[in-house]
Amino acid sequence: MWYYEKKLQYPVKVRECNPRLAKYLIEQYGGADGELSAALRYLNQRYTIPGKVIGLLNDIGTEEFAHLEMIATMIYKLTKDATPEQLKEAGIAPHYVNHDKALFYHNAAGNPWTAEYIQAKGDPIADIYEDIAAEEKARATYQWIINVSDDPELNDSLRFLREREIVHSQRFREAAEILKEEKDKKIIF
Amino acid sequence: MSHTHTKYYYPYVSPFDPCKPISPKSYVTPPQLYLGFQPPNLPQYDPKEALFRGTLWPALYSKYDKKGDRGDVNE
Repeated sequence: MWYYEKKLQYPVKVRECNPRLAKYLIEQYGGADGELSAALRYLNQRYTIPGKVIGLLNDIGTEEFAHLEMIATMIYKLTKDATPEQLKEAGIAPHYVNHDKALFYHNAAGNPWTAEYIQAKGDPIADIYEDIAAEEKARATYQWIINVSDDPELNDSLRFLREREIVHSQRFREAAEILKEEKDKKIIF
Repeated sequence: MSHTHTKYYYPYVSPFDPCKPISPKSYVTPPQLYLGFQPPNLPQYDPKEALFRGTLWPALYSKYDKKGDRGDVNE
């Protein structure tokens, strides 16, 4: 079970109403390399991985949900007072006619989230390497969003999230070493 | 041991490229690629700065600026 702390992991400030940016950010909400995919991937894989790395998947999977609500907050703030006309100009009229201002798990191109985005192979090495790749892809996605965003306060939060992907990747890489179990052994042939 | 966080390469430029060529192009190589298993007792940021940066360790911090600031030419 979880305990919920009623605050964000890192503050989310948004300088201006900018629905176009929300259109890009939704990639990290319901996209293949987004936070929902990450959380569900890790929390599901943890059942069938050696005990030494279950805790890592548990902790990182939990943190991904904290990132998910930061992204949700960003998208909500960027769109909450936008007029239908502004949403139309930003290219998210299709979202509006289906969901009004509600958030929904789809990617920047409007494709709904699917479990096909994630994998659980049951092979610990395959699963951990997928997780490393997922972190690098999420890091890259943050980079590309920062590149198209001109909101300095939002970019501050995005940089924090990008850095967390780096730390997670580092920890998964260490998990791979733990699973290999040859870390400190002298190899003598 | 420190590594650069950005690498550069020079793609082929055709005389018929429709867009203005970007050369060199850059890509990001953040610190987790080089650290290996994190050694104990690395220097740490103080707690407030660590919360701001998203990591406790300078060895894992990766600065990221918009593309125009990371060294690509013509951007």
